[in-house]
Amino acid sequence: MSGRGFLGGHHPARKMEHIHPSPSGNEPAAIAVQGVSHSYGRHQALKNVSFSIPPGCIAVLLGLNGAGKTTLFSLISRLFAVQSGSIRIFDRDIGREPREALRRIGIVFQSRTLDLDLSVRQNLAYHAALHGLGRTETRQRIESVLQTVEMETRIKDKVRSLSGGQMRRIEIARALLHEPRLLLLDEPTVGLDIQSRASIVAFIRKLVADKGISVLWATHLIDEVYAGDHTVMLRQGAVTAAGLLRDVLTHTGSANVEEAFDKLCREAPISLEATA
Amino acid sequence: MTIDTAKNVSASLASRPFGFSRYMICMRGILNREALRFLHQRERFISSLVRPLVWLFIFAAGFRQVLGVSIVPPYKTYVLYEVYITPGLAGMILLFSGMQSSLSMVYDREMGNMRTLLISPFPRWFLLVSKLLAGVAVSLAQVYVFLGIAWFWGVKPPLYGYVTVLPALFLAGLMLGSLGMLLSSAIKQLENFAGVMNFVIFPMYFASSALYPLWRIQEASPLLYKICQANPFTYAVELIRFAFYGQLHWTSLLVVVGCTVVFLTAAVIAYDPSRGLMSRKPTTGGTT
Repeated sequence: MSGRGFLGGHHPARKMEHIHPSPSGNEPAAIAVQGVSHSYGRHQALKNVSFSIPPGCIAVLLGLNGAGKTTLFSLISRLFAVQSGSIRIFDRDIGREPREALRRIGIVFQSRTLDLDLSVRQNLAYHAALHGLGRTETRQRIESVLQTVEMETRIKDKVRSLSGGQMRRIEIARALLHEPRLLLLDEPTVGLDIQSRASIVAFIRKLVADKGISVLWATHLIDEVYAGDHTVMLRQGAVTAAGLLRDVLTHTGSANVEEAFDKLCREAPISLEATA
Repeated sequence: MTIDTAKNVSASLASRPFGFSRYMICMRGILNREALRFLHQRERFISSLVRPLVWLFIFAAGFRQVLGVSIVPPYKTYVLYEVYITPGLAGMILLFSGMQSSLSMVYDREMGNMRTLLISPFPRWFLLVSKLLAGVAVSLAQVYVFLGIAWFWGVKPPLYGYVTVLPALFLAGLMLGSLGMLLSSAIKQLENFAGVMNFVIFPMYFASSALYPLWRIQEASPLLYKICQANPFTYAVELIRFAFYGQLHWTSLLVVVGCTVVFLTAAVIAYDPSRGLMSRKPTTGGTT
């Protein structure tokens, strides 16, 4: 796995060394993306993307709208086939062993994917069935994940009656239902109010700390990134940096995440004078 | 709350084999969801019944005096026009239901619900077949409710016909559902679905033996007769018609089974992430 070079237009090109720690011992990377490119017809959405995420950590995929985050998620979740390169989930190739790879992934999509006319329990039971969980196990797992997201009192309610933040919690509960080792979150806080956003962010971080789940979190909201997080920065379908945020800040000579984001994710750094 | 580490708890789930019972759990889950959605959408159920009933109560009553139906197999005597068009109306329910499923798949894809199905670790062909079977099960329930109402309107095939027609309805439902699934893979936006109504449903229904015997059509227009003969829906209707009287129409059976295999195979290919249409266009829910 290698970090991609920084290619900012107003900055001298400089190489970033690969700064991810190798997976310790025999534990394979939670996700290893190697040389992945993807095109929609003539439009190339991803260009030779490579990075890996160690197990048990939170990694933030940063990029503007249109940077290729959702395409990357679609490839990781095998909604699209990998056109070139490879993606491995805990050492299982998504193209060659899709079943084993998908069993290890829980996904929260950017758009809401709950059935509004069904109850919370019915939505979760449907997902459990899609992972082959038996009746007793389903009941136990539903109770458990709803306790985890503190929504157990809403189990019989129709999803339509929930707030946006509550729906997100249910979607996270659904993604956790089959006990995945890797959680993919595609901009889960978009459209939520500040309080709900903070609640979701805190909850995910607690989940990683308590359960040791690996998380790949796509966002363009830079205030959701902490200094100790792993980051993968995307710009126009290419990785511009990958590694611990503090290392990225050091390598790019940035004072904070906003500055690094401007350098690595925007086409051109924002001129404060121009916007003033 | 006691929390197991993900590594420990997942090891047990991830190492479990995906045996036959797990496949059945998955299929049952998809069937349950389709049934629940149907029960929650009463308007859909009512409209699915109103359409054929209007044809039976109004259209057939009007045409009874105008259109004579001579003795043609499987009928052994003259039959009322209502009796003649009932298999066609059963086919109409299956046709509209198949297209409704197609519409819901396009809607689910636009809204994102389809993704939850497609990211299941079960093979995609199995997921699609399960969804197809769920749609057929729901449409069969609609057909039997319609036949129950038609009984009180004087459409009374032999009682055993209600049993012998079931496999025919099932096969016809599979064929039309597969066609709907194939169409849904090609329809990029929900707005384009109106075109399906105009270019698929209505031509299929009217250019068939659902409303008029083929010999009548042949007398009126040899070209239309050939079109009707090339229309798979004609064979679905005839399969149902003969099955009502405990008879098997072999040609219809072969055509319906053959078309089901072709449509379903094409749909599975179209939904395959590596070969189909899914990977050629971005879906909603994200920018790229």
